[in-house]
This record gives sequence, C-alpha cells and structure tokens, in this order.
Amino acid sequence: MNIFEKFMKLDRRWVYLLLITVCVLTYVADFDVPILVEKEVKVIYDRIESLEEGSVVLIAIDYDPNSLAELHPMTYAIVEHCWRKKIRTIFTSLSQNGPGMCDQAIRDITDSLSLDREYNGVTYKGREIVNGVDYCFLGFKPYYAIVILGMGQAFKLPFPADYYGTPLDSIPMMQDIINYDQVDLVVDISGGNITDAWISYGQGRFGFPLALGLTGVMTAQYYPFLGSGQVIGIMGGLLGAAQYEQLADNPGRAKDGMRVQLAAHLVIILFIVMGNVGYFASRKRLKKEGRA
Amino acid sequence: MRRQIPFALVFIFGFFMIFQFFVPHETSEFFYEFLLDWIIVIGIFALALGIWSLFKVSVEKIKLGKEGAQYSYVTLVGLFLMMAFGFTQKTGEGWGLYFLWIVLCGACIVALMRLRASASAGSKRMWGMMALGLLIGAVLVAIFDDAWAFYFYTQEGLSNSMFRDFFDYIMMPILATMFALLAFYIASAAYRAFRARNLLASLLLLAALLVMSRFNPFLPGAEYVAKASNWLMNVPNMAAQRAIVIGIGLGIVGTALKVILGIERGYMGKG
Amino acid sequence: MEFTQFLWMTFGVFVTLCIMSFLYKDNPFYKFAEHLVVGVSAGYFVVILWHTGLVPKLFQRLADGDWYYGFLNSSNLEYLIPAILGCLMWTRFSKDYSWLSRWPMALYIGISAGLAVPLEMSNRVNKQLQAMMVKIDWANFFGHDGFDLLDITNGLSQLLILVGALAAIIYFFFSKEHKGAFGHVATLGIWVLMIGFGASFGFTVMARISLFINRLQDTFAWGHQSFDTSNEHYSIFFPIVFWGLVLFVTGYIAYEIVTHLRKKATTS
Repeated sequence: MNIFEKFMKLDRRWVYLLLITVCVLTYVADFDVPILVEKEVKVIYDRIESLEEGSVVLIAIDYDPNSLAELHPMTYAIVEHCWRKKIRTIFTSLSQNGPGMCDQAIRDITDSLSLDREYNGVTYKGREIVNGVDYCFLGFKPYYAIVILGMGQAFKLPFPADYYGTPLDSIPMMQDIINYDQVDLVVDISGGNITDAWISYGQGRFGFPLALGLTGVMTAQYYPFLGSGQVIGIMGGLLGAAQYEQLADNPGRAKDGMRVQLAAHLVIILFIVMGNVGYFASRKRLKKEGRA
Repeated sequence: MRRQIPFALVFIFGFFMIFQFFVPHETSEFFYEFLLDWIIVIGIFALALGIWSLFKVSVEKIKLGKEGAQYSYVTLVGLFLMMAFGFTQKTGEGWGLYFLWIVLCGACIVALMRLRASASAGSKRMWGMMALGLLIGAVLVAIFDDAWAFYFYTQEGLSNSMFRDFFDYIMMPILATMFALLAFYIASAAYRAFRARNLLASLLLLAALLVMSRFNPFLPGAEYVAKASNWLMNVPNMAAQRAIVIGIGLGIVGTALKVILGIERGYMGKG
Repeated sequence: MEFTQFLWMTFGVFVTLCIMSFLYKDNPFYKFAEHLVVGVSAGYFVVILWHTGLVPKLFQRLADGDWYYGFLNSSNLEYLIPAILGCLMWTRFSKDYSWLSRWPMALYIGISAGLAVPLEMSNRVNKQLQAMMVKIDWANFFGHDGFDLLDITNGLSQLLILVGALAAIIYFFFSKEHKGAFGHVATLGIWVLMIGFGASFGFTVMARISLFINRLQDTFAWGHQSFDTSNEHYSIFFPIVFWGLVLFVTGYIAYEIVTHLRKKATTS
C-alpha cells in the first residue's frame, strides 16, 4: 500500500480537522487578497451608480439564514450603496425566513449610515434613515410567483400593509410608487428558485431591469439569462459579493473571507490532485498484479 | 363530485389564466387581480398545515415515549416561546413579570406533555394539577401585569427584542452552521470521489479546477486563468445551461398543459 | 455592546459549536440544537404568517363586520371565500373529508398552471431560443483586438454557444436512439453538459466554504467582543463568560477523548 492509498483510507475526520485548521490559521493571518472584478458584477454597480437621487430600487431578500454567508454581504453592500446615494429602496422577502434577515440588515445598515464615510474618494455625510421615506419593507407573503405578479398590478395588492403593519396608502414613499413602472431596478438576492419566478413572472412579464445576487451553487445555472439579456448582471457567491464591496469601496465580510476561500480552495484542489494520483497509482498496481 | 369538481376548477382557472394573458381586458384584469389576492390568503392557511403537522408529530413522540422524545420538549418549548414573543411586547420601559410569565407558560407546556405521556392515574393527576396550577399562574400574571401586553391585531410583537434575539442568535447561527457542515463533506468527497475515470469525468474535473483556480490572484498567469474561467462560464457553461433551461421550460409547459387538460391528476391523490 | 447582548452572542457561538460537533459524531448537543431550531423556526413562521398574512390580508379587510355575525355584515364579504377555501385545506387531517382539501388545491394548481404556460414558454423557451439566434460575427471570428480565443463576444464563442446548446438539447432528446451522426452530436452535447456541471461544482465548493467562513467570522467576533475594553459596557463578566464556554468545550472534548481511548483499550 503506497502513501496515496493510505491517504484514501484515512478517517474523514482528519480531513475535517485539516480543513478547520487551515481555515482558522488563514483567518488569523491577516492579509489582503486582490479581487479581480468581473463584468457581470460591474454592470450592477454601474447601474446603481448611474441612478439619480430619489430613484427607486426594489431589493428582494429571498434567502434564509442558511445562505446568509454569501448573500448577506451583498445585501449590506448594495443597500449601503443605494442609501448613500439617496436612492429609495423597497424590500420584499418572499422566502419564509427572509423577513428576519431583512429586518436585521436594515437595522445594521441604518446604524452604519449614521456615520460619515468616504467611498471611492467621495465623502458622504451621516444621516438618519427613515422608514417610509428612505425605504419601505413590505415583508413576506406566500406563493412567491403570485406575489411577484401581484406587485406588477400594484404593490398594495399583495401587500396592503408593510412589515410593521403600516397601510401602504399612508407610507409617504409609496405615494408615487404604484407598481414596477416606478421602479428603476430590481435586485433579487436569492438562495433558491424564487429567482426563476423573478425572471419568468417578473422581468418577463413587466420588463423591468433585473440584477441577481445568487449563491455559488446557483450561479452557473443563471448565465443563460445573462446572455439573453433578461438579467443585467449576476453576483455569484462570496466572490461576487467581494467584487461588489471592492467596487463600492466598502470592504465587509465578503472581502474579509476571501483569504480563507483562497486557502480552502488550495486544500481542496490538493485533495482532488492527491485523490487522483492515488487512484491512478492503485490502478496501475492492480493492472500489474493482474498481468502477473 | 370528489374528483370532478377539482378537475373542473383546474381546467376553468387554468384556461382563464392563459386567456387573460393574451386578452388583458378590463374585466379579465379585474378577476385576475382578485384571484391573485385570493390565492395568497389560501396559501396562508395551507402553510399553517405544516406547523400543525410538526406539533402533532412532536406530541405523538412524547406520548408514545419514542427514542429521543425528550428533544421534542425542546422543539415544543422553542415553538411556544417564539410564538409568545411574536405576540407580546412591553408597554413601557421595563418588562415587569414578563419572564415569570414565560417560565410559567413553558413549564405548563412541559407539564401538559408529561400529562399526555403519563401511564398511571396517579401520575396523570399530578401532572394535570401541576399544569392547571401553572396555567392559572400564567393567566393571573398576564391579567395583572401592565408592563407588557398581547398584540394580536397589530405588529408590535415583530419588534419585541426577544423575538429578534431568538432569530438573530438561535435561528441564524444554527441554520447557517447546519449548511456550513457541507464544506467538510465536499472536502471529503473531493479526495474520495472526484476521479478522472474517463473523458467525461475528466472534462468535469478540469472545468471545476479552472473555476476554483480563479480565486488565486497569486498564481502565475492569474489574470489569464481568471479570463479563461470567465470564458468557460460564458461560453460552454452558457451553452450547457441554456439547453437545460430550455428543457426545463418545455417540461414545465408540458406538465402545466397536462394538468389543465386533466391528463395529469396525480395532485388529487387517492380516494 | 451590552452584557445581555453579549450573552446572546455567546449562546449563538454555543449552538454553532453544538452543530459543528456533528462532524465528530452525533451527540446530545447536536440533537438539542437541531430540535431547538425546528421549534423556533416553526414558531417564527406562525408569527410571520399571522402578522404579515392573516391580519392585513384577511382580518383587517373583514374588520368592518362583526365577529358575532361571522363577519357576514362586512363590506368585503368576498374575502370569506378564500378564507373558507383555506380552512378546507385543514380537512386533510380527516379521513372522511380530506377530499374537500382538493378544492383549494385545485384552484391553486389551476391558476399556477395557467400562469406557467404562456410565461414559461415565453421567458424560458422563446427568449433563450432567440438568444441563440444571433448573427455570427465572422469579421471578428477569432477576437476583436487581434487573436483572442478567450474573447466571449467573438464569432467563435458565439458559434460554440450555438453548437454546444443545440448538441446538449439533442442529448436530451430520447425519442430517437443516439446512433450515427445523431449519436455523435449527442456525445458532443454530454461533453458540453459535463463542462457546465464542472463549472457548477467549482462554484459549489466556494459556496460551501463561504458558509463555514461565516461561522468563523461570527465566532471570532465573539472572541473579540469578550476582550474589547473599548466597549463602554465592558466588565469582567465578559471574559468570565468567554472562559466559561472555552472550559466547557475543552472539558467536553477531553471527556470524548478519554471515552474513546477507554473504548479502544477495552476492545484491544
């Protein structure tokens, strides 16, 4: 039995321990990983950057805590970008645990907006973010496809009141916003197939510009929609989030995690290579023994 | 009647939705909006079924004393606490006897479950009395403590700090960690199962390695690797996924038509 | 950060470690956290469904009616229909009346199927086919600025997308045996699909690692808070709680190691 074959027989828990050790050590070793920005992400950043003060962006927080690692950094970066530029935002959560995620993100970003900050050389004064003026959080309703279609008729059709119980008719921001016609961009940050509904039932039916923030697992599947122009851009996984943070000059948890990604990927690539070398070595040996 | 009415409903509403898409007349729009609205209301009742199911399974587990029944208490207490927080909120600065009320209610739930699980009459009586006592205590606290109140008709409960803390510090970490375990399983799979056994497996392996390598800006020729990976995503991957998207699309349309025309009736179940 | 919030954060780290312990083996801590989250999630969903669903969509609409008349004197009487249909869903638990639950289900399925036919056909099938029918850029077949095979907009890439997608669609066509020229194209199709799946796998690795990174970040943030003297609410209790949890975890690990070694000694 050669070393590779021995490695194949190793208890899997040693593999886990090795991965944990590498991740922890890399996280402790504080170094920056340069981020190469891809066009798919830059398009989204540029679109938001080009919007004027008072424009409306709908941000759909369609993910549960199990995807928060990849998608929460996107939410934080995009919402902060919008609010710094005084772009009004509408939030929806069509995933069942989404409202809690959205509620938490709003609280955190509101706190961050109260401070003066400089992004890409521009100083933004801290300001108070007011519910109903700067944003409106519509909350959750079941059957996402139906809700997306309903919002195309009028936001108040599926959401007569916002998450906090205020009727939509009495929310100042929603006075001039009836349906998607008044929305300049929809950003769906999603960890499941709600994205399909946003494409087929939302963008397809009402024609608004749609940008996607997706988990890594989903990213590759949505490239055809990018190619067909149904989607303007895609942020894929933690790397996509890190690219947005890089563009917005607002480093957060995504950029912070990239050095661990780098090390963990090297370990996994090493595992794949060693596994294959072991496989070919044992195949060669078996062939030899067969001949003998 | 048991099968014909549902079949007729599917046909009528399915056909109406298709018709409405192509003929968006004022009248059809009116009904269309109504249906979109109605279906959400129905959905709320439908989703609550799952919760009831969970409750029933947990109670049954305790009643029959199945293996791991003690964990069902944790489930039920968690369920109750979250509901209690979601429907209550403090009225002023302090919480008063709120936490006593929470403890009384939690203990009452446990006592009720013990009552269900009890086999002997003596034990039943004891747990019954205890549950009743705790319930009376909880009701009295709820009536006489003004520091907090129930809010069923307005959304104050959603801003209850306990409700938020339970979400932020229990639901979020546990659900996130459950999925984080997959990182280790994928590492284990990488060295056990990811083999270049034949041409197809080799293609898959090479594509995966290229996509994984784009993270590394320290590699020699990192920009070239990133560009190659981007090409892979936008050309061969796009072609593959496009075929899948078209396939799925045709599948959805085919199944939907079969459902509307009554060829596919699996959704009705037996009976 | 206040001490109570720090305690919550500590509990968050504790349940994270409970779940992580499953990597070693199934244990009571894991089971505790698992069952806790099931209950809490269900409770959360009940509250969300009630507050953001039933109250605004039903109760407030029927609010002008009187409950003792069964809301029959409400001006929005029509909303009683979906409410009744919704209640019929609950007949699923009855042996004799479960057939009634088919009515609301049929309404939902009919509406969903009716919506899917034109919209899925248009947005999944037609628009993707349309995107395939691009005019091949023969003038820039090998790149726009000189020879550049990795240029995703050059004619070659366009052609590869067209041929690759067609081949992959043919691979999914099972009504004709994959033989001869048809079989060769189908083989090309499976090659293309494999590259697509490989790309997905590459992204999946990133996704899974990201999830662990997040837990790492939260745990380190907790460790940082435990000794953050710049925190205005900082007290000696912060590090006490920190060391308490560390001791507890270390103790459990030591217990597991001793048990494991004893078992090994007994079996050998």
